[in-house]
Amino acid sequence: MRLLSQWLNDDHMQQRGTGQAQAPNQPPVADQDGSAAIEVVDLVKLYKTTHAVDDISFRIARGSITGLLGGNGAGKTTTIAMIMGLVLPTSGRVSVLGAKIPEQRYDVLGRMNFESPYVDMPMRLTVRQNLTIFGRLYAVKQLRERIDQLATDLDLKEFLDRSNGKLSAGQKTRVALAKALINEPDLLLLDEPTASLDPDTADWVRQHLETYRKTHNATILLASHNMLEVERLCDRVIIMKRGKIQDDDSPERIMARYNRDTLEEVFLDVARGRLREGTS
Amino acid sequence: MSEIASHHAHGISLQRINAMVLRYWYLLMSSWPRLLELIYWPALQIITWGFLQNYISQASGFFARAGGTLIGAVILWDILFRGQLGFSISFLEEMWARNLGNLMMSPLKPIEFLLSLMIMSLIRLAIGVIPMTLLALFFFGFNFYAIGLPLIAFFCNLIFTSWSVGVFASGLVLRNGLGAESIVWTLMFAVMPLACIYYPVEVLPAWLQIVAWTLPPTYVFEGMRSLLIDHVFRPDLMAWALAINAILFAASFAIFLALLQSAKRNGSLLNSGE
Repeated sequence: MRLLSQWLNDDHMQQRGTGQAQAPNQPPVADQDGSAAIEVVDLVKLYKTTHAVDDISFRIARGSITGLLGGNGAGKTTTIAMIMGLVLPTSGRVSVLGAKIPEQRYDVLGRMNFESPYVDMPMRLTVRQNLTIFGRLYAVKQLRERIDQLATDLDLKEFLDRSNGKLSAGQKTRVALAKALINEPDLLLLDEPTASLDPDTADWVRQHLETYRKTHNATILLASHNMLEVERLCDRVIIMKRGKIQDDDSPERIMARYNRDTLEEVFLDVARGRLREGTS
Repeated sequence: MSEIASHHAHGISLQRINAMVLRYWYLLMSSWPRLLELIYWPALQIITWGFLQNYISQASGFFARAGGTLIGAVILWDILFRGQLGFSISFLEEMWARNLGNLMMSPLKPIEFLLSLMIMSLIRLAIGVIPMTLLALFFFGFNFYAIGLPLIAFFCNLIFTSWSVGVFASGLVLRNGLGAESIVWTLMFAVMPLACIYYPVEVLPAWLQIVAWTLPPTYVFEGMRSLLIDHVFRPDLMAWALAINAILFAASFAIFLALLQSAKRNGSLLNSGE
């Protein structure tokens, strides 16, 4: 029976893989008060001798949009990948929608989705075929109607039956967003959602994300280099540098603390090691 | 909480397996070169070996008696080789398409993924091998299906071996990226000399025979020769092959899961390039 359960699910090894991170005497991280969609505690990811993520902790409230900000190699993508269970932490704990990750990830994967520049949709398949497959993987009810609705919402109708490989970058991003929304996720993880998009399309995507959050009370965690995007979308910003959290607050308070008018200026301060107001 | 999707997490989902088979089916149907390739190589193989068999059967009394042994061996070898390729190429399609992250982040479980690859391997095999058997009948008068019920035992044993090798090779690519892709194309050829496809096991040195008998295909090819030359079906050989296949199958799954975990530790699932 044990072998059978191992074949059904790869979680058995994930438990072992993060065994050192378990703290059996601590209370469960599960979302008991209903407020935290994501809880990260003392999370570390070590690649050989490099600390990709270095002992970070945060809680993300349900229905919020949080931005993970940081330069290249800051640890944003690794953090998101650990939240998704695609990368195993060296130590620390992650809980998503009340489920321990990676041990219980299959309990909540159907309520999550993601978009990342590190993955693509199959190029030879049409948009409709791709959405059909992912809809079935997520067990979406009334899939045809759902695809039609997404096609209307995200303006995909004119190329719904075109191969994904024949789409422009902006169209591909909209399709990737449609895939990320196909199951109406409670938690959306986005890695650079508007990378390589023209300002108009990027603005359009941001608007859609904002509307989705409001209408579905969804939680969105996005990693971005785009300061304006984060400033406009996010209730809260977590600034990372070399795997550590440098700051964590609302965009307004962070800008006030650094005595700056834009997050971009704050980002440059952090990147170049200039200290914020009131610190020594 | 969203009500649009059901969130049953337990057990194997036929819907998810079906979704993956549909994904590969769409891909196959969208690309005529992919379809043509499935038929092209087996057809070329059977025609070349068939004429060779014709030639040597004229020159040798043994081969004249053992009519069809070579052609039968070529078809069975193709079931073994193309069965593994059919499995592994579908897996590689995900790597080439950079779609693995999407799948791993979806509710699709590893076992469901592997089962869908097995189903696709059968579909791809049928597309390639059925025309091959028809060519053997048309050009060389060799009716592969006249083998009868033993063919089921041969086929099952070969396909199980091909899946075991496919699961293992896919795990290696998953862990090491597309840099390990050549393993998929070449691994089965390591089995070829030891599985005694075209010659009996006694031809090998004594110590190598021991190694050969650890491979399920060796039992199948010996069984085929026994049937075509001596007209005797050897169920004992098939039972041994099945038993070894069961061990290989379980081991390949365990190794795949271990390599998947290693890929997650290594962070290579999101960067599945070279």
